[in-house]
Amino acid sequence: MENPFGKIAALEQAMEHFYDGMTLMFGGFGGVGSPPDLIDGILEKGIKELVLIGNDTGFPEIGIGKIVSRGKASKVIASHIGSNPIAGELMTRGEMEVEFSPQGTLTERIRAGGMGLGAILTDIGVDHEFVAKGKKRMNLNGKEYLIETALTAEVSIVYAKKADPYGNLVFDKSARNTNPLVAMAGNFTIAEAEEIVPLGSLDPEEIVTPGVFVDMVIPSGGVNWKWAWE
Amino acid sequence: MGMGIDVRNRMARRASEEIAQGMVVNLGIGIPSLVPNHLPRETRVMFHAENGIVGMGKSPEKGLEDENLCNAGGFPVTVMEGSSYCDSAVAFGMIRRGRVDLTILGSLQVSQKGDLANWIVPGKKVPGMGGAMELAQKAGKVAVLMNHTDKNGVPKIVESCTLPLTAETCVDIIITDLAVFKVHEGSLILSELFAPHTVTEVTAKTACDFSIVEDIRIIEY
Repeated sequence: MENPFGKIAALEQAMEHFYDGMTLMFGGFGGVGSPPDLIDGILEKGIKELVLIGNDTGFPEIGIGKIVSRGKASKVIASHIGSNPIAGELMTRGEMEVEFSPQGTLTERIRAGGMGLGAILTDIGVDHEFVAKGKKRMNLNGKEYLIETALTAEVSIVYAKKADPYGNLVFDKSARNTNPLVAMAGNFTIAEAEEIVPLGSLDPEEIVTPGVFVDMVIPSGGVNWKWAWE
Repeated sequence: MGMGIDVRNRMARRASEEIAQGMVVNLGIGIPSLVPNHLPRETRVMFHAENGIVGMGKSPEKGLEDENLCNAGGFPVTVMEGSSYCDSAVAFGMIRRGRVDLTILGSLQVSQKGDLANWIVPGKKVPGMGGAMELAQKAGKVAVLMNHTDKNGVPKIVESCTLPLTAETCVDIIITDLAVFKVHEGSLILSELFAPHTVTEVTAKTACDFSIVEDIRIIEY
């Protein structure tokens, strides 16, 4: 395949962008739409003390859960960790910090980061003892809001159904979930794609994430874990 | 047990009565996921999922699951005619903007005033709130489907929640394995009983005051 933008790369080249202590944002929802080869690559390279940002901590051996379960994250910013009991144990033992954000607020914080904004105003949790704790507030037009800060990451990893050499991305059904948001919020965004197709073969109308936001595209071997429902 | 359907499906069937033609409905995991099985075939509803689906259909047959078509609980679903996919931010925009008419969810405790506590049991269970806060705070109507007591027999409907709240005064209706309560202007009204349960039994298993409608409905199915 022609590679005029130099974005198509192998997993080994992608791995040069991961290091201990980094902030890593990942796409996926319960493991659906999380990039399997990049997650395995991070594990094999032995990357640790990660600050992870994403919807949830997957299941123990599914999605980002594989990294969390092996104690490779020092902090997680997520809306839910219930499907991965090991995450709860690590949190309770004080071995992993967890910052809970309501799901819609979290996705909007990620989107704001990707859109180049500093924060959002929301009334979700505005009277909530836990969610509102320590946050700045703002009264606007007689209504009370929380200021929720935007999120970005040093590297974002996403999983797409199709990518072209410019990094334009198309997702698959509900595997889209947080991926388009996460793709925008990385300082460096790596897309793992089930299929890499020639430039011009994606209809511009169907592209969900413009390649402008994507720095690297790697081919995927596909999901390599067993789903909870299997 | 009435017509012989099990307790979970009785609760789900009662919850399905809250759904009207054309609604956008979000279902939680567990018993709420049984609700669609009880809807009349002619009722057209759009089931919404936080991960980015509007128009979820039935569970797929075994062997026909699509790993990239799952609900917010991570289980395979199908889609109906007229369905659409979106990213999770858009899915929550629909909730915050008031476009989701009804949410049916489980809970750990509900207070007399309709406070909802379903996101954490400190030191024991730390699932996180997921999308429950947005749904509780913004859905047009909040229906709770839960057992009347916990597995030790402790009432889950209480004067004031002892567990951390998800959202205050958000619950509109509580459907348990014994009865149905409506929350009206900060107080609880017992409106229906599942046969053969009695007001005496419900009173004994409920840890707060409530009033009772005059013409209480007995649900026989």
